[in-house]
Amino acid sequence: MSQKLRPPVSEKDHIQGPAGAPVELVEYGDYQCPHCGRAYPIIKRIQQELGDSLKFVFRNFPLSEAHPQAFMAAIAAEAAAKQNAYWEMHDLIFENQQSLSDEPFLGFAQQLGLDTAQFEKDLADEALSARVEADFDSGIRSGVNGTPSFFINGLRYDDSWEEQKLLARLKKSQHA
Amino acid sequence: MLSKGTKAPDFELYSTPDQKIKLSEFAGKNRILAFYPADWSPVCSDQMALYNEMLKYFHKYNAEVFGISVDSRWCHMAFAEDRKLHFPLLADFEPKGEISRLYDVYDAKEGQSQRALFVIDDQQIIQWSYLSPVGINPGADGIIDALEALTNPPKP
Repeated sequence: MSQKLRPPVSEKDHIQGPAGAPVELVEYGDYQCPHCGRAYPIIKRIQQELGDSLKFVFRNFPLSEAHPQAFMAAIAAEAAAKQNAYWEMHDLIFENQQSLSDEPFLGFAQQLGLDTAQFEKDLADEALSARVEADFDSGIRSGVNGTPSFFINGLRYDDSWEEQKLLARLKKSQHA
Repeated sequence: MLSKGTKAPDFELYSTPDQKIKLSEFAGKNRILAFYPADWSPVCSDQMALYNEMLKYFHKYNAEVFGISVDSRWCHMAFAEDRKLHFPLLADFEPKGEISRLYDVYDAKEGQSQRALFVIDDQQIIQWSYLSPVGINPGADGIIDALEALTNPPKP
C-alpha cells in the first residue's frame, strides 16, 4: 500500500549508471524468481536504450521459503561486490537462473576471475546477510508485495513491466 | 469493516483437519488477521507467501498472523503444504463466511472474503484495519507500521 521508496537510494546501494541521471529505476528482486529472470533482459535492453539518462538500482528481496537458493544467491552477489564485481555476478546469476539449485556460486566467482578463497570467506560474513536482510526490510517498508517490484524516481510503479510499457513510462519520467 | 477501537469478535475455526484455533487463546499477544479471497493465487506475488517470509518480523512485535478464507480445512492443508507456509490458515467454511461477515469483510456476491487486514492488540482491541482492492496484494508495510505504533507508543 505504501507508494514511496523507504529509504531512498543512497551511496550504500548498488547503482548502475550516472548518479545524476534524470531517471531512477529501483528493482526489488529475487534471483530465483522466474518473473525476475524474465525481467532481467528487459531491464538490460532498457538500460541500453536510455543510456546515461538512467540510473538502475537492484535491492534484494529473497523469498527464501519459496526459493531456497535466493538468499544464497543474494549473498554471492554481495560477496562479489567486495571484489568490485557486483553487477558481473548479478548478471551471471540471472543468466544461469535454471542451475541455481546446484549452488554454482563458487564456479561463478572463478569464472569472473575473483579471489575464490576470499569469496568463500565472504559468503559466511554476517555483515553480508545483514545487508541482504536490510534490503528485505526496506522492501517491506516500501510496500513491496512480491517480486519483481519497481520504483521510478522514488515512487512505486504498479503497471506492467513489459518492455514497451516500462520504457514509455521511464521516458516520460525523464521529462517530468 | 470493523474499525479501530472495536473489540475484536472472538471466534473458533479449523486450522487443520482436526484442530481448531480460538482467537482469545492468544490473549496477551498481538494478532494479525489477514482475510483473503482464495487459496491458490499466483506464486510470486502471493500475499500469504509474503507473510510466510515475515514471521520473524511479526514475532519481533509479539504478533501471530492468521490467514482466513472460505476455503475448507483440507484445501488449506494442501495449499499450506505446497507453499510451505508456517502459520495457520483458518477455514471460514461452515457456516460459510460467518467470521468474515462478523468482521464485515464478506463479499456476498462472489461468496468469498474481501482482502482485509486487522491488527489486534494484546487486549483483543482492533488497532488498525485496512480493506485492499481485491486484486491487489497489500504487502505488509501497513501491518508493520501498526505493530510498531503498538509496541512503541509515541511519548506524551
